Amino acid sequence: MLLGLGTAAIVLVVLLWELARPDALCAYAAVRERVRSLLERARSRETAQLGYDPGRERRAEQRARELLRSCIEERDWAMYRDLGFLRVWGGLGERAHAAGASYAYLIYPHRPIVAYVPQTGALLNEYCVAFPDRSRPYGSARLPDSDDVLAKWMALKADERRLIEQANMHLPGRQIDPERVRRDLARLVRWERETGGDGATDIVRAA
Amino acid sequence: MKLLRMKPGHGEILVAEGDVEIQEEEERLIEAFRKELDAGMWAAVPSERRDGRREAELVKSFAEVPRDAERVIFFPRAAGGAQGSAGTRTAR
Repeated sequence: MLLGLGTAAIVLVVLLWELARPDALCAYAAVRERVRSLLERARSRETAQLGYDPGRERRAEQRARELLRSCIEERDWAMYRDLGFLRVWGGLGERAHAAGASYAYLIYPHRPIVAYVPQTGALLNEYCVAFPDRSRPYGSARLPDSDDVLAKWMALKADERRLIEQANMHLPGRQIDPERVRRDLARLVRWERETGGDGATDIVRAA
Repeated sequence: MKLLRMKPGHGEILVAEGDVEIQEEEERLIEAFRKELDAGMWAAVPSERRDGRREAELVKSFAEVPRDAERVIFFPRAAGGAQGSAGTRTAR
C-alpha cells in the first residue's frame, strides 16, 4: 500500500515537474537576463563616472596607428591609411600568403573579418572576432581601432586556423552590407592600379 | 627587448624592457611575460623576413621568443564576437 502510494507520489511529482519545466526554465532565463542587465547598467554607470575623454581616445588611436605602421609592410600601411581596411592573403590554400592566393581577408576595425575570392570578388564568409580586454582599464574593453586591426593581422598571420576557429562564422551580409564590401573591393582595385600594386590584376573582375 | 601591451583607451603600454643577455634583466622580462599570459593575453612577435615581408608569430612561453626579437606585443585573446547581432549591419 505504502509502496504504491510512494510510487504514485513520485510519478505525480515528475509529471508536475514536466508540466512546469518550460515555465520554470523561462523564469530562470528571465531572472538571469535581469541580473545581466543590472550588471551591465552598473558597468555603464561606472564608465560614465570614468568619463569618455575624446582627447584620450584620439591619443590612444594615434599610438595604435604608429604601432600598426611599425609592424606591417609599408604598402599595407598605405592601404589602411587610404582605404580604412587591410587586405591579408589567405594562408591555407594555393599560393598561400601571396598575391594570387585562392582567398583573402579584409580586416576592418571592430567589424567582422570578411573572406572573399580575389579572382572573382565573391564574398565567402564573415568571421566575427573580438579582442575584449576584461580588465576594462578606462571602463571599456574595446581596443583602439588600429590596435584591433593589428591584433587581427597578427593573429591571422601567425595562426590563421586558430583565429578562424575562435571566430563566429556567418554568411556574408550578417553585419557588413555586402554592397559596402563590393564597393571597398572596387576601391581596392582602383587604389592598386593607381599605386601599382602586385594584386591589381587579381580582383580586376570585382571592380 | 620590449614587452608591449595593447590597452583600451591608451594604445600600447611598455610592460617591461631589458636585455636578454643580462640575466637579471632577462628574469624580469620572463616574470613580466608570465604575468601577461596569466592575465589572459596572447603574445605575438612581429618580425621582418629577408625579402622584406612582415610576419608575426604567436608564442606561448618566453623560451619561444627569438633571442633577437625587438618586441613582444600582448593583446587580449580572441573571442567570437557579435553572435546575435543580426540587426546591426552597417553600410557606408
